[in-house]
Amino acid sequence: MAVSFFMITLMACQSNDQAIKSEATISFNFSHNWDGTIVTNTDFNNIQYTNVNGDILSIERLRYLISKITFYKSNGEEIVLDGYNLVDVTNGTQLSFSSNALVPTGNYSNVSFLFGFDNEDNISGAYPDLNSASWNVPEMLGGGYHFMQLEGKFINDQSEEIGYAYHAIRAVDNSNPDNLIFQDTFIEVHLGSVMISNDTSFNVEMNVAEWFKNPNTWDLNVLYNSLMPNFNAQVMMYENGQNAFSLESVTP
Amino acid sequence: MIKRGLHIVFLFLIVSCTNETVEQLIYEPTPAPLNIPLLFEQNILAPIIPFNNPQTVEGIALGKKLFFDPILSANNTQACADCHAPENAFSDANRFSEGIDGILGHRNSMPLFNLAWNYDEKFFWDGRVFSLEHQAFEPVTNPVEMKNTWAVVEQKLQASSHYPKLFNEAFGTSTIDSTLVTKAIAQFERTLISANSKFDKYLLGEGVLTAQELNGFNVFMDETKGDCFHCHGNANNPLWTDNVFHNNGLDAVITDLGLGKVTGDPADNGKFKSPSLRNLAFTAPYMHDGRFTTLEEVINHYSEGLQNSPTIDPLMKKVSQGGVHLTEDEKTDLKAFLLALSDETFISNPAFLNQ
Repeated sequence: MAVSFFMITLMACQSNDQAIKSEATISFNFSHNWDGTIVTNTDFNNIQYTNVNGDILSIERLRYLISKITFYKSNGEEIVLDGYNLVDVTNGTQLSFSSNALVPTGNYSNVSFLFGFDNEDNISGAYPDLNSASWNVPEMLGGGYHFMQLEGKFINDQSEEIGYAYHAIRAVDNSNPDNLIFQDTFIEVHLGSVMISNDTSFNVEMNVAEWFKNPNTWDLNVLYNSLMPNFNAQVMMYENGQNAFSLESVTP
Repeated sequence: MIKRGLHIVFLFLIVSCTNETVEQLIYEPTPAPLNIPLLFEQNILAPIIPFNNPQTVEGIALGKKLFFDPILSANNTQACADCHAPENAFSDANRFSEGIDGILGHRNSMPLFNLAWNYDEKFFWDGRVFSLEHQAFEPVTNPVEMKNTWAVVEQKLQASSHYPKLFNEAFGTSTIDSTLVTKAIAQFERTLISANSKFDKYLLGEGVLTAQELNGFNVFMDETKGDCFHCHGNANNPLWTDNVFHNNGLDAVITDLGLGKVTGDPADNGKFKSPSLRNLAFTAPYMHDGRFTTLEEVINHYSEGLQNSPTIDPLMKKVSQGGVHLTEDEKTDLKAFLLALSDETFISNPAFLNQ
């Protein structure tokens, strides 16, 4: 009886809230899979995943940065949420991100976020929490911050167990240290239209296998470490990352 | 203001229960916030100060006295400072430290500085203790270290002519217990801040580096050469450690499980905390077991001496070739840079010495 009363009370409050809601809190939840098989940190450290190239690999560490969550109105208005989030799958922390700012309720033609930082935000040393996490990119590679650190082991062509460090940053050609040449590799992830009528959670999935798959079949035997200064590898990561994220659901 | 009011009420209640005097009731120690270095203030998150153990003048002074006092050991022969000597950046020049019975431990004493910026608060080489206060509990009762019991420590301190007064000044009670002892020691340890190396001055625009030191910094930051920065920080992370646990390829066969023994996860076997690279000029020998006596040996390890094992960190590159194979010039330059992270003023700071 007490439980029923509690539920009724909750529902009544919710109903009132919904009636007067003009702004909503927004949260993003990040989960991960390997071609549909759930990946959490409890699955780490076992060589169990096979990429499209046939390399068998493990995940030992996975962290990545998302930023600039943006809501688009059909009239061209954009609402950009301040802040960024370093998703740390290794430690199972910051898998959810809530903005302090509220978003007006209503219809939005698109919602997006950035994988990594755009150039406006990718400022060397600007963020104490990211500095404290040693998330920085060396100045000789243009500075700023990592976009992703995906690390683990794989079985190479000689059947040896080898470490890999798939680190994504802004692509840079540093063959001439006095004239670094950049190519933007942050990724705009578009989640589609949504109606916000109440506090809302966006449940976003990353398919880790996509980073090795399409359009570039990733051969870990060739590309397994020292990838940060590798301009072409960074562009390939950018291309493969286009389909790594998807919107699983939106829950009010 | 609210916190201060609550603090006073809390003290009052405790003292009421223990029937102490009114003078003790109203005693309140003097706040002594950490003096945060500019580079830390500008670049990294604020230090961790437990809400129930704020820094105070009296608490720090008491902690310092306890740190240097052999009264904590069973036979009054060994103080914290015996294995954490100021001249060694609060480490031990010996590979393994000797306890009161002459028995050696099996790991090198960790240096002590910038401990308030260990954000995950996992202490010891294997991270087995959470929080600086809890860390201080262990050496006192460790049978190969001070080999004491806390009951005895409390009794000895309580019976001394001066400690009850010092505890009253620091914590508002002259009833001494182990929790207050470790709180005081932790307060002192949090003041052990090192941020005045040659490289710090360079970053602050107050000094210059030699060409060799700058070359060494580039080796450190170059992913195709030293690639040290992923675990040991960078100019924007002046701690020079990630305070995370790694297997850095010391052994093909893991005998000391390190973090693995703590977590019970075989995937953690052979992992130890990355130490800060500050003050290497004073902290030899190196590694968790002090196996390397010189920086040259350390650099050679990463260059040619890596040993493969199932849990070796993926960041350890070219393991099958022994490492990244730096040139002799690169090794010399890297050493020069590393030594530029040493802070002479830290080991000579009177506030940290037993005087």
